[in-house]
Amino acid sequence: MVEKFDAIVIGAGPSGNAAAYTLAKQGLSVLQLERGEYPGAKNVQGGIMYAAELEKIIPDFREDCPTERHIIEQRIWLLGDDNYIGTNYRSDAFNSETPNRYTIIRANIDKWFSEKIREAGGLQICETTVTELIRDPSGKVIGVRTDREGGEIHADVVIMADGVNALLARRTGFQPELAPQNVALAVKEILFIDPELIQQRFGLKDDEGVVIEIMGKVTKGMVGTAFLYTNKESLTIGIGCLISDFKQGAIPPYKMLEDLKNHPVIKPLIEGAEMKEYAAHMIPEGGYKAVPQLYGDGWMVVGDAAHFNNAAHREGSNLAMASGRMAAETVIELKQAGKSFNAANLAAYKKKLDDSFIMKDLKKYRNLPGIMHENKQFFGAYPDTLTAAAHNWFTVDSVDKKTKEKEIMKSFVKKRSVLGLVGDAIKLVRAVR
Amino acid sequence: MSIMVKIEEKLYQNRYIVDESRPHIQIRNDAVCKSCESQACTVCCPAACYTKNETGSVTLATDGCLECGTCRVVCQDKENIQWDYPRGGYGISYKFG
Repeated sequence: MVEKFDAIVIGAGPSGNAAAYTLAKQGLSVLQLERGEYPGAKNVQGGIMYAAELEKIIPDFREDCPTERHIIEQRIWLLGDDNYIGTNYRSDAFNSETPNRYTIIRANIDKWFSEKIREAGGLQICETTVTELIRDPSGKVIGVRTDREGGEIHADVVIMADGVNALLARRTGFQPELAPQNVALAVKEILFIDPELIQQRFGLKDDEGVVIEIMGKVTKGMVGTAFLYTNKESLTIGIGCLISDFKQGAIPPYKMLEDLKNHPVIKPLIEGAEMKEYAAHMIPEGGYKAVPQLYGDGWMVVGDAAHFNNAAHREGSNLAMASGRMAAETVIELKQAGKSFNAANLAAYKKKLDDSFIMKDLKKYRNLPGIMHENKQFFGAYPDTLTAAAHNWFTVDSVDKKTKEKEIMKSFVKKRSVLGLVGDAIKLVRAVR
Repeated sequence: MSIMVKIEEKLYQNRYIVDESRPHIQIRNDAVCKSCESQACTVCCPAACYTKNETGSVTLATDGCLECGTCRVVCQDKENIQWDYPRGGYGISYKFG
Protein backbone atom coordinates (compact mmCIF):
# COMPACT_ATOMS: atom_id res chain seq x y z
CA MET A 1 0.00 0.00 0.00
CA VAL A 2 1.50 3.31 -1.08
CA GLU A 3 1.24 6.05 1.51
CA LYS A 4 -0.89 9.02 0.55
CA PHE A 5 -0.93 12.62 1.80
CA ASP A 6 -3.05 15.65 1.07
CA ALA A 7 0.07 17.39 -0.19
CA ILE A 8 3.75 16.72 -0.77
CA VAL A 9 6.15 19.65 -0.59
CA ILE A 10 9.54 19.13 -2.20
CA GLY A 11 12.30 21.15 -0.55
CA ALA A 12 12.81 22.85 2.81
CA GLY A 13 13.77 26.37 1.79
CA PRO A 14 11.70 29.51 2.44
CA SER A 15 8.98 28.68 -0.13
CA GLY A 16 8.65 25.02 0.82
CA ASN A 17 8.61 25.85 4.52
CA ALA A 18 5.93 28.51 4.04
CA ALA A 19 3.81 26.04 2.09
CA ALA A 20 4.30 23.12 4.46
CA TYR A 21 3.64 25.22 7.56
CA THR A 22 0.48 26.83 6.15
CA LEU A 23 -0.90 23.42 5.13
CA ALA A 24 -0.02 21.72 8.42
CA LYS A 25 -1.44 24.57 10.47
CA GLN A 26 -4.82 24.05 8.72
CA GLY A 27 -4.73 20.39 9.63
CA LEU A 28 -3.94 18.97 6.20
CA SER A 29 -1.67 15.95 6.03
CA VAL A 30 1.56 17.19 4.53
CA LEU A 31 4.85 15.49 3.77
CA GLN A 32 7.89 17.66 3.19
CA LEU A 33 10.90 16.06 1.57
CA GLU A 34 14.38 17.54 1.82
CA ARG A 35 17.51 16.12 0.19
CA GLY A 36 19.93 17.72 2.66
CA GLU A 37 21.36 16.16 5.81
CA TYR A 38 19.17 18.63 7.73
CA PRO A 39 16.88 21.52 6.75
CA GLY A 40 19.10 24.25 5.32
CA ALA A 41 22.02 21.99 4.43
CA LYS A 42 21.58 22.81 0.73
CA ASN A 43 20.36 26.38 1.06
CA VAL A 44 22.28 29.58 0.49
CA GLN A 45 21.12 33.15 0.99
CA GLY A 46 22.95 36.49 1.28
CA GLY A 47 21.07 37.02 3.47
CA ILE A 48 18.51 39.62 4.28
CA MET A 49 15.12 38.50 5.50
CA TYR A 50 12.13 40.79 5.18
CA ALA A 51 9.76 40.51 8.09
CA ALA A 52 6.42 41.20 6.42
CA GLU A 53 5.94 37.89 4.63
CA LEU A 54 7.15 35.73 7.50
CA GLU A 55 4.90 37.71 9.82
CA LYS A 56 1.88 36.77 7.69
CA ILE A 57 2.72 33.11 8.19
CA ILE A 58 4.04 33.14 11.77
CA PRO A 59 2.84 36.43 13.36
CA ASP A 60 4.91 36.06 16.54
CA PHE A 61 8.07 34.87 14.77
CA ARG A 62 10.20 37.48 16.58
CA GLU A 63 9.78 35.58 19.86
CA ASP A 64 12.21 32.83 18.97
CA CYS A 65 13.33 33.24 15.35
CA PRO A 66 17.16 33.23 15.27
CA THR A 67 17.68 36.40 13.24
CA GLU A 68 21.06 38.16 13.31
CA ARG A 69 20.88 41.98 13.28
CA HIS A 70 17.96 44.24 12.43
CA ILE A 71 19.00 46.60 9.67
CA ILE A 72 19.16 50.28 10.56
CA GLU A 73 21.30 51.36 7.67
CA GLN A 74 21.35 50.57 3.96
CA ARG A 75 24.39 51.58 1.94
CA ILE A 76 24.60 51.46 -1.84
CA TRP A 77 28.12 51.76 -3.13
CA LEU A 78 29.56 52.17 -6.58
CA LEU A 79 33.13 50.92 -6.49
CA GLY A 80 35.93 52.20 -8.68
CA ASP A 81 39.43 50.75 -8.71
CA ASP A 82 40.45 52.22 -5.35
CA ASN A 83 37.44 54.33 -4.38
CA TYR A 84 33.67 54.40 -4.09
CA ILE A 85 30.72 56.72 -4.42
CA GLY A 86 27.86 55.82 -2.17
CA THR A 87 24.55 56.64 -0.73
CA ASN A 88 23.53 55.66 2.79
CA TYR A 89 20.20 55.67 4.47
CA ARG A 90 20.23 55.27 8.24
CA SER A 91 17.34 55.81 10.58
CA ASP A 92 16.76 55.33 14.27
CA ALA A 93 13.16 54.57 13.35
CA PHE A 94 14.41 51.15 12.18
CA ASN A 95 15.13 50.44 15.86
CA SER A 96 11.46 49.63 16.37
CA GLU A 97 9.87 46.82 18.35
CA THR A 98 9.01 45.18 15.05
CA PRO A 99 11.92 45.75 12.65
CA ASN A 100 11.26 45.34 8.96
CA ARG A 101 14.51 43.76 7.81
CA TYR A 102 17.03 41.45 9.42
CA THR A 103 20.30 39.93 8.41
CA ILE A 104 20.13 36.17 8.82
CA ILE A 105 22.19 33.01 8.65
CA ARG A 106 20.19 30.81 6.34
CA ALA A 107 20.73 27.43 8.05
CA ASN A 108 19.62 28.79 11.45
CA ILE A 109 16.35 30.10 10.03
CA ASP A 110 15.63 26.88 8.15
CA LYS A 111 16.12 24.73 11.25
CA TRP A 112 13.84 27.04 13.24
CA PHE A 113 11.15 27.03 10.55
CA SER A 114 11.27 23.25 10.28
CA GLU A 115 10.70 22.94 14.00
CA LYS A 116 7.57 25.08 13.59
CA ILE A 117 6.34 22.82 10.80
CA ARG A 118 6.81 19.73 12.93
CA GLU A 119 5.02 21.42 15.84
CA ALA A 120 2.13 22.21 13.49
CA GLY A 121 1.89 18.52 12.59
CA GLY A 122 3.76 18.44 9.30
CA LEU A 123 5.92 15.43 8.54
CA GLN A 124 9.39 16.31 7.37
CA ILE A 125 11.87 13.78 6.04
CA CYS A 126 15.43 14.81 5.28
CA GLU A 127 18.19 12.98 3.38
CA THR A 128 15.68 12.11 0.68
CA THR A 129 16.08 13.20 -2.92
CA VAL A 130 12.98 13.17 -5.08
CA THR A 131 13.99 11.55 -8.34
CA GLU A 132 10.79 11.96 -10.34
CA LEU A 133 7.16 12.93 -10.34
CA ILE A 134 4.66 10.09 -10.66
CA ARG A 135 1.92 10.78 -13.20
CA ASP A 136 -1.23 8.88 -14.04
CA PRO A 137 -2.06 7.97 -17.68
CA SER A 138 -3.75 11.36 -18.17
CA GLY A 139 -0.52 13.11 -17.15
CA LYS A 140 -1.82 14.30 -13.78
CA VAL A 141 0.85 14.37 -11.07
CA ILE A 142 -0.19 11.95 -8.34
CA GLY A 143 2.97 11.62 -6.27
CA VAL A 144 6.73 11.38 -6.20
CA ARG A 145 9.44 8.77 -6.39
CA THR A 146 12.44 9.17 -4.10
CA ASP A 147 15.87 7.61 -3.84
CA ARG A 148 14.83 5.66 -0.77
CA GLU A 149 13.93 1.99 -0.85
CA GLY A 150 10.29 1.65 -1.92
CA GLY A 151 10.25 5.41 -2.12
CA GLU A 152 6.94 5.91 -3.90
CA ILE A 153 4.55 8.30 -2.16
CA HIS A 154 1.22 9.67 -3.37
CA ALA A 155 -0.58 12.96 -2.74
CA ASP A 156 -3.50 14.97 -4.05
CA VAL A 157 -1.12 17.73 -5.01
CA VAL A 158 2.65 18.16 -5.25
CA ILE A 159 4.23 21.55 -4.53
CA MET A 160 7.67 21.87 -6.05
CA ALA A 161 9.87 24.09 -3.89
CA ASP A 162 13.11 22.52 -5.03
CA GLY A 163 15.02 25.68 -5.80
CA VAL A 164 16.53 27.46 -8.76
CA ASN A 165 17.66 24.35 -10.64
CA ALA A 166 14.07 23.04 -10.61
CA LEU A 167 15.25 19.71 -12.01
CA LEU A 168 11.90 17.99 -11.52
CA ALA A 169 9.85 20.54 -13.44
CA ARG A 170 12.42 20.71 -16.21
CA ARG A 171 12.78 16.96 -16.58
CA THR A 172 9.04 16.49 -16.62
CA GLY A 173 8.81 19.09 -19.38
CA PHE A 174 6.95 21.66 -17.29
CA GLN A 175 9.74 24.23 -17.69
CA PRO A 176 12.34 25.03 -20.35
CA GLU A 177 16.02 25.04 -19.42
CA LEU A 178 17.49 28.05 -17.60
CA ALA A 179 19.06 30.41 -20.14
CA PRO A 180 22.57 31.60 -19.09
CA GLN A 181 21.48 35.26 -19.33
CA ASN A 182 18.54 34.59 -17.01
CA VAL A 183 20.50 33.27 -14.08
CA ALA A 184 23.35 34.62 -11.97
CA LEU A 185 25.98 32.72 -10.05
CA ALA A 186 26.82 34.20 -6.67
CA VAL A 187 29.63 33.13 -4.37
CA LYS A 188 29.95 34.17 -0.78
CA GLU A 189 31.90 33.64 2.39
CA ILE A 190 31.00 33.94 6.03
CA LEU A 191 33.73 35.66 8.02
CA PHE A 192 33.69 35.40 11.81
CA ILE A 193 34.89 38.39 13.75
CA ASP A 194 34.70 39.94 17.20
CA PRO A 195 31.26 41.65 17.46
CA GLU A 196 32.91 44.69 19.03
CA LEU A 197 34.89 45.18 15.84
CA ILE A 198 31.66 45.02 13.84
CA GLN A 199 30.15 47.68 16.07
CA GLN A 200 33.21 49.93 15.80
CA ARG A 201 33.69 49.59 12.08
CA PHE A 202 30.06 50.11 11.18
CA GLY A 203 29.03 52.45 13.99
CA LEU A 204 26.53 50.09 15.57
CA LYS A 205 25.26 49.17 18.99
CA ASP A 206 23.63 45.98 20.24
CA ASP A 207 21.84 44.12 17.44
CA GLU A 208 21.83 47.01 14.97
CA GLY A 209 23.01 46.07 11.52
CA VAL A 210 24.27 47.59 8.29
CA VAL A 211 23.99 46.14 4.82
CA ILE A 212 25.98 47.29 1.82
CA GLU A 213 24.95 46.59 -1.78
CA ILE A 214 27.81 47.08 -4.19
CA MET A 215 28.12 47.69 -7.92
CA GLY A 216 31.06 48.71 -10.02
CA LYS A 217 34.51 47.67 -11.13
CA VAL A 218 34.57 44.61 -8.89
CA THR A 219 32.33 42.77 -11.37
CA LYS A 220 34.89 43.52 -14.13
CA GLY A 221 32.26 44.99 -16.43
CA MET A 222 29.96 41.99 -16.08
CA VAL A 223 26.32 42.36 -15.11
CA GLY A 224 26.39 41.75 -11.40
CA THR A 225 26.45 43.06 -7.86
CA ALA A 226 28.25 42.39 -4.62
CA PHE A 227 27.30 42.73 -0.99
CA LEU A 228 28.64 42.96 2.54
CA TYR A 229 26.26 42.28 5.43
CA THR A 230 26.75 42.47 9.18
CA ASN A 231 25.62 39.50 11.28
CA LYS A 232 25.89 39.19 15.07
CA GLU A 233 29.37 37.70 15.15
CA SER A 234 30.20 37.51 11.49
CA LEU A 235 30.17 39.30 8.18
CA THR A 236 28.95 37.84 4.93
CA ILE A 237 30.55 39.00 1.74
CA GLY A 238 29.61 37.90 -1.72
CA ILE A 239 29.50 38.70 -5.39
CA GLY A 240 27.43 37.45 -8.28
CA CYS A 241 27.20 37.95 -12.04
CA LEU A 242 25.10 36.60 -14.87
CA ILE A 243 26.26 33.17 -15.98
CA SER A 244 26.22 34.35 -19.61
CA ASP A 245 28.96 36.81 -18.57
CA PHE A 246 30.97 34.32 -16.50
CA LYS A 247 30.74 32.03 -19.53
CA GLN A 248 32.92 34.46 -21.48
CA GLY A 249 35.69 33.05 -19.34
CA ALA A 250 37.43 36.20 -18.13
CA ILE A 251 37.66 35.31 -14.46
CA PRO A 252 36.60 32.51 -12.10
CA PRO A 253 33.98 33.53 -9.51
CA TYR A 254 36.21 32.80 -6.50
CA LYS A 255 38.92 35.05 -7.93
CA MET A 256 36.36 37.83 -8.32
CA LEU A 257 35.35 37.35 -4.67
CA GLU A 258 38.98 37.45 -3.56
CA ASP A 259 39.55 40.68 -5.47
CA LEU A 260 36.48 42.17 -3.77
CA LYS A 261 37.84 41.17 -0.36
CA ASN A 262 41.12 42.89 -1.21
CA HIS A 263 39.56 46.07 -2.59
CA PRO A 264 41.06 49.04 -0.69
CA VAL A 265 37.60 50.17 0.43
CA ILE A 266 36.43 46.73 1.56
CA LYS A 267 39.58 45.27 3.06
CA PRO A 268 39.67 47.39 6.25
CA LEU A 269 36.06 46.39 7.02
CA ILE A 270 36.80 42.65 7.03
CA GLU A 271 40.38 42.75 8.32
CA GLY A 272 41.11 40.08 10.91
CA ALA A 273 37.97 38.06 10.25
CA GLU A 274 38.14 34.29 9.91
CA MET A 275 36.50 32.56 6.96
CA LYS A 276 34.35 29.63 8.06
CA GLU A 277 32.40 28.69 4.95
CA TYR A 278 32.46 29.26 1.23
CA ALA A 279 29.18 28.90 -0.65
CA ALA A 280 27.87 29.20 -4.18
CA HIS A 281 24.32 29.44 -5.46
CA MET A 282 22.44 30.41 -8.59
CA ILE A 283 19.93 33.25 -8.52
CA PRO A 284 17.04 33.52 -10.99
CA GLU A 285 17.45 36.91 -12.70
CA GLY A 286 15.25 36.64 -15.78
CA GLY A 287 12.32 38.37 -14.12
CA TYR A 288 8.74 38.45 -15.39
CA LYS A 289 9.50 37.15 -18.87
CA ALA A 290 11.31 34.11 -17.48
CA VAL A 291 8.52 33.00 -15.14
CA PRO A 292 7.49 29.52 -16.31
CA GLN A 293 4.15 27.71 -16.21
CA LEU A 294 3.28 27.78 -12.51
CA TYR A 295 0.68 25.03 -12.14
CA GLY A 296 -0.84 22.05 -13.86
CA ASP A 297 -2.85 18.94 -13.10
CA GLY A 298 -1.80 18.00 -9.58
CA TRP A 299 1.18 20.33 -9.26
CA MET A 300 2.36 23.84 -8.48
CA VAL A 301 5.79 25.42 -8.42
CA VAL A 302 6.91 28.05 -5.89
CA GLY A 303 9.93 30.18 -4.90
CA ASP A 304 13.18 30.11 -6.86
CA ALA A 305 11.90 27.10 -8.80
CA ALA A 306 9.21 29.44 -10.17
CA HIS A 307 11.82 32.10 -10.94
CA PHE A 308 10.36 34.44 -8.31
CA ASN A 309 13.16 36.90 -7.67
CA ASN A 310 13.09 40.67 -7.85
CA ALA A 311 16.66 41.39 -8.93
CA ALA A 312 16.26 45.17 -8.84
CA HIS A 313 15.36 45.15 -5.15
CA ARG A 314 17.39 42.14 -4.07
CA GLU A 315 14.23 40.42 -2.92
CA GLY A 316 13.91 36.67 -3.17
CA SER A 317 13.09 34.91 0.06
CA ASN A 318 10.01 37.08 0.67
CA LEU A 319 8.67 36.22 -2.78
CA ALA A 320 9.47 32.61 -1.96
CA MET A 321 7.58 32.65 1.33
CA ALA A 322 4.63 34.53 -0.18
CA SER A 323 4.32 32.14 -3.13
CA GLY A 324 4.60 29.12 -0.82
CA ARG A 325 1.83 30.50 1.35
CA MET A 326 -0.38 31.27 -1.68
CA ALA A 327 0.10 27.78 -3.10
CA ALA A 328 -0.85 26.31 0.27
CA GLU A 329 -3.90 28.57 0.61
CA THR A 330 -5.04 27.48 -2.85
CA VAL A 331 -4.80 23.85 -1.75
CA ILE A 332 -6.70 24.57 1.47
CA GLU A 333 -9.49 26.40 -0.36
CA LEU A 334 -9.92 23.66 -2.95
CA LYS A 335 -9.87 21.00 -0.24
CA GLN A 336 -12.53 22.82 1.79
CA ALA A 337 -14.69 23.23 -1.32
CA GLY A 338 -14.24 19.54 -2.13
CA LYS A 339 -12.83 20.40 -5.53
CA SER A 340 -10.19 18.43 -7.39
CA PHE A 341 -6.62 19.60 -7.92
CA ASN A 342 -6.74 19.86 -11.68
CA ALA A 343 -5.10 22.66 -13.66
CA ALA A 344 -8.34 24.63 -14.03
CA ASN A 345 -8.85 24.78 -10.27
CA LEU A 346 -5.18 25.36 -9.45
CA ALA A 347 -5.28 28.43 -11.72
CA ALA A 348 -6.51 30.15 -8.54
CA TYR A 349 -2.85 30.09 -7.41
CA LYS A 350 -1.82 32.13 -10.45
CA LYS A 351 -4.64 34.57 -9.75
CA LYS A 352 -3.35 35.09 -6.21
CA LEU A 353 0.16 35.70 -7.54
CA ASP A 354 -1.09 38.16 -10.18
CA ASP A 355 -3.00 40.12 -7.55
CA SER A 356 0.03 40.29 -5.24
CA PHE A 357 3.29 42.25 -5.12
CA ILE A 358 5.05 39.22 -6.60
CA MET A 359 3.77 39.49 -10.17
CA LYS A 360 3.11 43.24 -9.95
CA ASP A 361 6.75 43.95 -9.06
CA LEU A 362 8.15 41.47 -11.55
CA LYS A 363 5.98 43.03 -14.25
CA LYS A 364 7.13 46.55 -13.38
CA TYR A 365 10.74 45.52 -13.97
CA ARG A 366 10.03 43.20 -16.92
CA ASN A 367 12.43 45.10 -19.23
CA LEU A 368 15.25 45.43 -16.70
CA PRO A 369 17.02 42.07 -17.18
CA GLY A 370 17.19 42.45 -20.96
CA ILE A 371 18.38 46.05 -20.83
CA MET A 372 21.08 45.30 -18.26
CA HIS A 373 22.22 42.26 -20.22
CA GLU A 374 22.61 44.26 -23.42
CA ASN A 375 24.08 47.42 -21.89
CA LYS A 376 27.27 46.54 -20.08
CA GLN A 377 28.20 50.24 -19.73
CA PHE A 378 26.09 50.38 -16.57
CA PHE A 379 28.56 47.97 -14.98
CA GLY A 380 31.82 49.12 -16.56
CA ALA A 381 32.02 52.58 -18.13
CA TYR A 382 29.73 54.38 -15.69
CA PRO A 383 31.30 53.29 -12.39
CA ASP A 384 34.66 54.28 -13.82
CA THR A 385 33.54 57.68 -15.11
CA LEU A 386 31.47 58.53 -12.05
CA THR A 387 34.19 57.76 -9.53
CA ALA A 388 36.75 59.65 -11.65
CA ALA A 389 34.39 62.62 -11.76
CA ALA A 390 33.98 62.55 -7.99
CA HIS A 391 37.73 62.34 -7.56
CA ASN A 392 38.21 65.36 -9.79
CA TRP A 393 35.46 67.32 -8.04
CA PHE A 394 36.71 66.68 -4.53
CA THR A 395 40.39 67.22 -5.28
CA VAL A 396 41.09 70.82 -4.36
CA ASP A 397 43.79 72.19 -6.61
CA SER A 398 44.29 75.37 -8.61
CA VAL A 399 41.87 74.37 -11.36
CA ASP A 400 38.74 76.53 -11.33
CA LYS A 401 35.38 74.86 -10.82
CA LYS A 402 34.00 75.76 -14.24
CA THR A 403 36.93 73.99 -15.90
CA LYS A 404 36.38 71.01 -13.64
CA GLU A 405 32.72 70.87 -14.68
CA LYS A 406 33.76 70.92 -18.32
CA GLU A 407 36.31 68.17 -17.76
CA ILE A 408 33.74 66.00 -16.06
CA MET A 409 31.13 66.56 -18.79
CA LYS A 410 33.77 65.79 -21.39
CA SER A 411 34.72 62.54 -19.68
CA PHE A 412 31.10 61.36 -19.84
CA VAL A 413 30.65 62.36 -23.47
CA LYS A 414 33.95 60.71 -24.35
CA LYS A 415 32.85 57.44 -22.80
CA ARG A 416 29.30 57.33 -24.11
CA SER A 417 28.75 60.24 -26.59
CA VAL A 418 25.86 62.67 -26.10
CA LEU A 419 23.39 60.38 -27.85
CA GLY A 420 24.71 57.48 -25.84
CA LEU A 421 24.08 59.31 -22.58
CA VAL A 422 20.55 60.25 -23.60
CA GLY A 423 19.93 56.73 -24.80
CA ASP A 424 21.17 55.28 -21.51
CA ALA A 425 18.90 57.59 -19.54
CA ILE A 426 15.92 56.42 -21.60
CA LYS A 427 16.94 52.80 -21.15
CA LEU A 428 17.14 53.21 -17.39
CA VAL A 429 13.69 54.77 -17.27
CA ARG A 430 12.30 51.99 -19.47
CA ALA A 431 13.95 49.40 -17.27
CA VAL A 432 12.32 50.51 -14.05
CA ARG A 433 9.06 52.08 -15.21
CA MET B 1 45.10 43.85 -8.84
CA SER B 2 46.18 40.26 -9.01
CA ILE B 3 45.73 38.02 -6.02
CA MET B 4 46.47 34.33 -5.95
CA VAL B 5 43.49 32.29 -4.86
CA LYS B 6 43.73 28.79 -3.52
CA ILE B 7 40.26 27.35 -3.99
CA GLU B 8 41.25 24.30 -1.92
CA GLU B 9 41.66 26.55 1.10
CA LYS B 10 38.15 27.87 0.67
CA LEU B 11 36.60 24.43 0.15
CA TYR B 12 38.52 23.07 3.13
CA GLN B 13 36.23 25.11 5.41
CA ASN B 14 33.13 23.34 4.08
CA ARG B 15 31.46 20.21 5.33
CA TYR B 16 30.94 17.47 2.76
CA ILE B 17 29.48 14.02 3.04
CA VAL B 18 31.13 12.32 0.11
CA ASP B 19 29.27 9.53 -1.67
CA GLU B 20 32.34 7.42 -2.48
CA SER B 21 32.60 6.40 -6.13
CA ARG B 22 29.12 7.71 -6.93
CA PRO B 23 29.71 11.12 -8.53
CA HIS B 24 26.42 12.98 -9.10
CA ILE B 25 27.78 14.78 -12.15
CA GLN B 26 29.36 13.12 -15.15
CA ILE B 27 30.88 14.25 -18.40
CA ARG B 28 29.03 12.39 -21.13
CA ASN B 29 31.59 12.37 -23.91
CA ASP B 30 35.25 13.22 -23.54
CA ALA B 31 35.58 14.04 -27.25
CA VAL B 32 32.99 16.83 -26.96
CA CYS B 33 35.10 18.50 -24.25
CA LYS B 34 38.18 18.15 -26.41
CA SER B 35 36.53 19.94 -29.28
CA CYS B 36 34.89 22.55 -27.02
CA GLU B 37 36.57 25.87 -27.70
CA SER B 38 35.61 27.70 -24.53
CA GLN B 39 35.68 24.92 -21.93
CA ALA B 40 33.77 27.49 -19.89
CA CYS B 41 33.16 24.98 -17.09
CA THR B 42 36.85 25.21 -16.17
CA VAL B 43 36.43 28.93 -15.43
CA CYS B 44 32.81 29.18 -14.25
CA CYS B 45 32.67 26.41 -11.67
CA PRO B 46 32.92 28.14 -8.27
CA ALA B 47 34.59 25.07 -6.77
CA ALA B 48 37.00 24.49 -9.67
CA CYS B 49 35.72 20.95 -10.11
CA TYR B 50 36.59 21.08 -13.79
CA THR B 51 40.21 21.32 -14.94
CA LYS B 52 41.75 21.21 -18.37
CA ASN B 53 43.92 18.10 -18.61
CA GLU B 54 47.05 17.26 -20.60
CA THR B 55 45.08 15.52 -23.35
CA GLY B 56 43.26 18.79 -24.07
CA SER B 57 40.04 17.49 -22.56
CA VAL B 58 38.41 18.25 -19.19
CA THR B 59 38.76 16.32 -15.94
CA LEU B 60 35.90 16.43 -13.45
CA ALA B 61 36.30 15.85 -9.71
CA THR B 62 32.99 16.35 -7.89
CA ASP B 63 34.21 16.10 -4.28
CA GLY B 64 34.24 19.88 -3.77
CA CYS B 65 30.98 20.48 -5.65
CA LEU B 66 28.71 23.16 -4.16
CA GLU B 67 25.70 21.87 -6.17
CA CYS B 68 24.95 25.28 -7.64
CA GLY B 69 24.17 24.01 -11.15
CA THR B 70 26.31 26.53 -13.03
CA CYS B 71 28.08 23.87 -15.10
CA ARG B 72 24.71 22.50 -16.11
CA VAL B 73 23.75 25.93 -17.45
CA VAL B 74 27.04 26.74 -19.19
CA CYS B 75 27.18 23.36 -20.93
CA GLN B 76 23.56 23.48 -22.03
CA ASP B 77 24.37 24.09 -25.69
CA LYS B 78 26.71 21.07 -25.78
CA GLU B 79 24.55 18.95 -23.46
CA ASN B 80 27.68 17.17 -22.33
CA ILE B 81 27.10 17.23 -18.58
CA GLN B 82 24.88 14.67 -16.86
CA TRP B 83 23.79 16.52 -13.73
CA ASP B 84 21.88 15.02 -10.83
CA TYR B 85 21.52 15.87 -7.19
CA PRO B 86 23.58 13.63 -4.94
CA ARG B 87 21.70 10.87 -3.14
CA GLY B 88 19.73 12.13 -0.16
CA GLY B 89 22.01 13.22 2.68
CA TYR B 90 25.19 13.33 0.59
CA GLY B 91 27.18 16.17 -0.88
CA ILE B 92 27.68 19.68 0.46
CA SER B 93 26.20 20.26 3.89
CA TYR B 94 26.14 23.97 4.61
CA LYS B 95 26.59 24.86 8.27
CA PHE B 96 25.59 28.47 7.68
CA GLY B 97 24.51 28.80 4.05
